[in-house]
Formats: sequence, C-alpha cells, structure tokens
Amino acid sequence: MARLVIEGLTKRFGRITAVSGLSLEAESGTITVLLGPTGAGKTTTLRCVAGLERPDGGVIRIGEQVVNDLPPKDRDVAFVFQNFSLYPRYTVFENIASPLRIRNISKEEIERRVKEVAHFLHIDHLLSRRPIHISGGEMQRVAIARALVRNPRVFLLDEPLTNLDAKIREEMRTELKRLQSETGATFLYATPDQAEALSMGDRIVVIRQGHVVQVGTPQEIYHYPRNVFVADFVGSPGMNFVPAIFEGENRLNVGPGYFTFTLPEDAASICRKNLKNPEVIFGIRPEDITISQEKRESLYPAQVEVVEPLGVIQIVRLRLDGHVLRVRSEEGAQFEIGERVFFGFKKEKVRIFDRMTEERIF
Amino acid sequence: MSSVRVEKLYKRFGHVEAVKGISFEVKEGEFTVLLGPSGCGKTTTLRCIAGLEQPDGGRIYFDDEDVTPLSPAARNIAFVFQLYALYPHLTAYDNIAFPLRAEGLPKQEIRQRVEEVVRLLQIEDILHLKPRKLTSGQKQRVALARAIVRRPRVFLLDEPLSNIDAKLREVTRAELKKLQKSLRATTIYVTHDQVEAMTMADKIVVMNFGDIQQIGSPHEVYHYPANLFVARFIGSPGMNFIPGKVEEREGSLGVVIDSSYFLPLGEEQRMALQRLSPPVRQVVLGVRPENILVVQEAEKVLDGEVYVFEPLGVQNVVTFRVLGYLLKALLPGDRVLRVGERVALGFREVRVFNAETERLIA
Repeated sequence: MARLVIEGLTKRFGRITAVSGLSLEAESGTITVLLGPTGAGKTTTLRCVAGLERPDGGVIRIGEQVVNDLPPKDRDVAFVFQNFSLYPRYTVFENIASPLRIRNISKEEIERRVKEVAHFLHIDHLLSRRPIHISGGEMQRVAIARALVRNPRVFLLDEPLTNLDAKIREEMRTELKRLQSETGATFLYATPDQAEALSMGDRIVVIRQGHVVQVGTPQEIYHYPRNVFVADFVGSPGMNFVPAIFEGENRLNVGPGYFTFTLPEDAASICRKNLKNPEVIFGIRPEDITISQEKRESLYPAQVEVVEPLGVIQIVRLRLDGHVLRVRSEEGAQFEIGERVFFGFKKEKVRIFDRMTEERIF
Repeated sequence: MSSVRVEKLYKRFGHVEAVKGISFEVKEGEFTVLLGPSGCGKTTTLRCIAGLEQPDGGRIYFDDEDVTPLSPAARNIAFVFQLYALYPHLTAYDNIAFPLRAEGLPKQEIRQRVEEVVRLLQIEDILHLKPRKLTSGQKQRVALARAIVRRPRVFLLDEPLSNIDAKLREVTRAELKKLQKSLRATTIYVTHDQVEAMTMADKIVVMNFGDIQQIGSPHEVYHYPANLFVARFIGSPGMNFIPGKVEEREGSLGVVIDSSYFLPLGEEQRMALQRLSPPVRQVVLGVRPENILVVQEAEKVLDGEVYVFEPLGVQNVVTFRVLGYLLKALLPGDRVLRVGERVALGFREVRVFNAETERLIA
C-alpha cells in the first residue's frame, strides 16, 4: 500500500477544462473520498491516476514514484468502475482470478488468494456460478473482489455503489469500510453521495467544476463547511440559509426584517473584525432548530408548509415569507400544513457566510 | 377525482406470476404509495390500473365503476413518468393546453381550463416562457398542470423522481406532496425508495414477490412492521434482528438470547405472547437502529464491540458485533466510538416476531 499524491492536475477535453489545478494527498492505508456533483471532475481525476487519461498538466505520484509516463498496467493500481463489467462466460472464481492469471502466479497461490478475498466479501458460495446467475449486489462484490485480489498500491473506486439498491448500498458501505480497515488498503473513492462520503471517508476532498473546494475530516466538512456550496451539499437536508445584515455589536438582522437576535460573542467578534460588508448569509442546520406550538420569548413565527415523516424523526418545512427552513424534529410532535408555529435555534450553531463570496466567516 | 379499488388483481407473464391476487383501496384525495424492491409487482399493478396491461384476473374500480374492460384513454387517468418531460419548443401555456387541443376542445374552453389550473399552481406569471427559461420547480408545476388540466380521475406516477440528483429530489418530494394536498388529487405513486414512501404517503402498500406485505400509514409500517421483510425494507438502516427464545425467569416473561442474556418484555408483548395458541417459543427480536443505546453496565442487555463507525454529521451509524450478529445503531453525532471498543448495549423499544412465520407478534 502506498501514499498517492496529486499536484496541480489539469485535464482538458477540447475547450472544456474537466480538472483544473487539482491537488490532493491520499495517505497510505486510509480512505480519501472525492465528493462532488456530477461533472465535478471526479471520474477524470481517477482516470488520470489510473493512466486511462493523459493529464495536460500536473504530477501524479504513487509512493515515491512519479507515474505520469507509466502505462496503466505498470502503475499497480486497481480500478472499480460504477458500471462494473464481468466476463459473462467465466465463473465468479475465474472472474476474480483473471488479474492474477496474466501475472504468472502459481495455481495454488491463485486459488488461495481468490478464496480468501471471496470469503471476505461473503461470496464464497458463488464461486462456481456465472454472472447471469447472481444479483446486481453480488456482481459488484465480485468486481470489488477482482480488484482486491491483486493487492495493488492504490485502489481507485468510481462510484462503486451508485447503481445498487438503497438497502444493498447501505450494507456494502459498511462492509467496504471494514474491509479497507482490515486490509490497510489505500482508497481513493469518488462519489456524489454525501452520506457515503461522510460515513466512509477518513478525509473528504470536496470538488466542484474541477477545483478543490475543501479538504477535511467528515466532522470538519459537516460542522465547518468552507462555503455555502459545501454547507448545502453536505447533510440531508443541507444547511438552511437566509440573507442577513450584521448590524454591529452583536446584532444579526435575519431576512432582513424577519427577526433580529444577539450573536454569541465569538461569532460577533469575528464578524466585527473580518466583515468588510455587513451583508451576510445566516446558516443553520435542520437539527439545530426547534419548533414550538406556543409563543415564547426568543421564538419566531413561521408557517408549516409540509411535514415529511421519516420514522422516528420528521422533516418539517417552515415558510418564512420568501424562505423555507427545513427542521429535523422528533416524530412525536404533530403539525398541520398551514399551521402557525414558533421556532428557535441553537445560537452557538449559527454559521455566517459572506453574501458576496459565499465563504464562511464564522 | 375518484376513489380506486383493486380487487384480487392477478397478472402473469408467461410462467412468472407478477401479481398474485392483491386487493387494496385508495380513497378519494388520498396519496397511496406502492413500495417494494424491483420485481415485486408494483409497476405491473400500476400499469393494470392505467389499462396498459390487461389483468389475468380480478377487477379494478374507479368509484363504483368497473373500469377493467376500458381502454387507457377511456379511463381518464393521468400517467406521469417524468416530471420534467415538457415540449421544449412550446411555451408553458402551450404545454399545458396541449392535451386539450389534442382533444379538439373549443379555444374558449381551453383558455378557461388552463387559467383555472395555473391559478391553483400559482404559475400565472410564467406562462409565456419556454421550458429552458423555467426553474426546475416551475417545470414540475407546468408538467403537473398539463396532467391535471384534463381533469383526470386518478394520478398515476411511476418512479418520477428516480432520475434526478439527491438534492433536487428532496425539494421535489416536498413540493409534490404540497401540491397533491392542495389539489386533493387521488394519487397512486410507485417507488422502490422507502424515504419517498415514508415522506409523501398517506398510505403505503408494501409489496414483495407479487403479494402485499402490509398496508398502513408511514407510522404503522415503521413502528409496527407486519413481518421481517417490511421491518428490514423500511428505515435506513433497516431494523436489526436477533433470534431468541421465550422463557419465564424470576416470574417475568422475556426473551433469552444465546442462553446467556435475558430481556424482560413489556406488558403489551407479554399479553400478546400469552394469547397465542399454540404458544410460540422461537422468536426474532427486532430493534430499530435508533433504539439501540450505549448504557451503563447496570442497564445492559447485551455486550457489543464496535465493528464499523460511520459518521453522518447529525448522527453516527455504529455497527456493533454482538454474539456473532452485526447490529446497526444510530447514535448522536457527538458520540464518537473507536473500532474495537467494547460497550454495554441496551434496547429502548423492541418488536417480537414469530421466528417461523416471520410475522409480527407484538
């Protein structure tokens, strides 16, 4: 297993720049997640690392070796694709063994390694079957087993769970994470799914339009998003935003005109110091808002727009004139569509963004 | 709008029984979701209601009218595949008017009916725009307006949100629910996504292998799943299961797990078990992930070891290894556990299933 370093990677397709000066480090033995919407440049980055695309600029290093000029087969990386393809006429065993066959490894060794990896992925009982006789989830396990059997320096996984059913996706997520920690493999894992990124990543690299937006642990990305884009993209539902004016001292006027409240001193002092322009965006996560049916001090009125039960919790959408606040609330409380309610929020959880740059200030 | 009644619907494709004599009702104005994995028969059921498939047995009624022999056109339904499929070269107005012009209605009446629906959907201001100038929310409303302008008796939707990205899906879901409520439209909606079903439905019909597994409100299917299939399918992650044996210890009836742990049962469950004749000994305990708690030694039900830790921002999914089983728990986001750590686990609310029939006892 090895460390992967990408420095200033650029890749253009005609006039479109898919990846633009992207740098990241995937530490050996960890999962680094590339998180971003469709078209962000995730797949292109992975394909450049694998040697399937030729970069227009930048350096890719695996271990201490610069691999830019190596053909794919000499890079010693394994690629798991979103649309996994297995050899239909081979059995599961032969599919998993295929990368070893071309490498001059003894029959006994091949058998041992295939069985070991198959056991790990709970597909031991399928080894003699052909792909058409197994389910989609099982096929993806076989594809992963085929990548894993080789013990490569780096694993590149391109949305490997995207095409699976929600239930299987959830199970595979847990299993893949366990598998990586037991094998100590280096994963570079691309996904558009923020839940997958948070749950699997040791570190997350959020990318957008070919650029790195933020690098951090799941906790950092979730609690201290770099800007409005990350705050909105991460979380389900994402952060709520309402325009606001910082009125000096500790006062934040949200709406403006909906309500004014006193910011905690740490937030206010950063605003006083760093704000060039009083126009900001007030941000709060859905779980940091509470709803009450009674009017109390420091609660603000809103109207229930829609209620979405999710079992033990529910998402309540509150209308605040032109804005919607999504609130994560306990299931017990009953709200009617159109009902007037009052909401409050944890002031220490408020995030403040510059309205011009959309960068987080606090 | 009409009510819909499906009676003993049966449909076969060659040797495959797609729908095996199912019955359910949809009240006027109700939002009913047919939920199940692929191949469960939900889409076939919907297509039979639409008249796109001819059933091999059973009847379909709109109000009290038997529509089974009627052609799709004569049933007066609106079948929506995708909420965004608009004619790109036509204005919003012309898109909405399209089905009425196709029917050859007089101009005056077309105008009147379009005006009526656009007022309801609050899209009066955008009628002159072509689809590419519309936001996604406006496109949806136009697509819905086009569907309802014909005054259908029933709305049928087949996985309309499956091809859009997660963020947009979340917004559309809420929007669609709100519109359905304001239109009071009888709606039958097919999906494999339990989140869509939970958040939008008044009533969920859970299907598997061509049969109905349960009919109930989101609250009922979540808290009182009729069998192990429903319990596993609903919720994310689904319910955890632990086999056990009913025994009396120190005068209280409970479940013995692995002969070493004893979980006393609540009043309701004791009574339900005592009422059974013949008595049931072998059971499966079902515990939702949010009802697994890390507790003090004194309140312990089971010992667990952290197997995988997956942060999700607002909460963490922790997989515990317990007696050879893997149990998934949802713990608060600030509760961080290390892989390998041993903890005492307690249960807040359990369900008891018959191990043999897999049905809910209490």
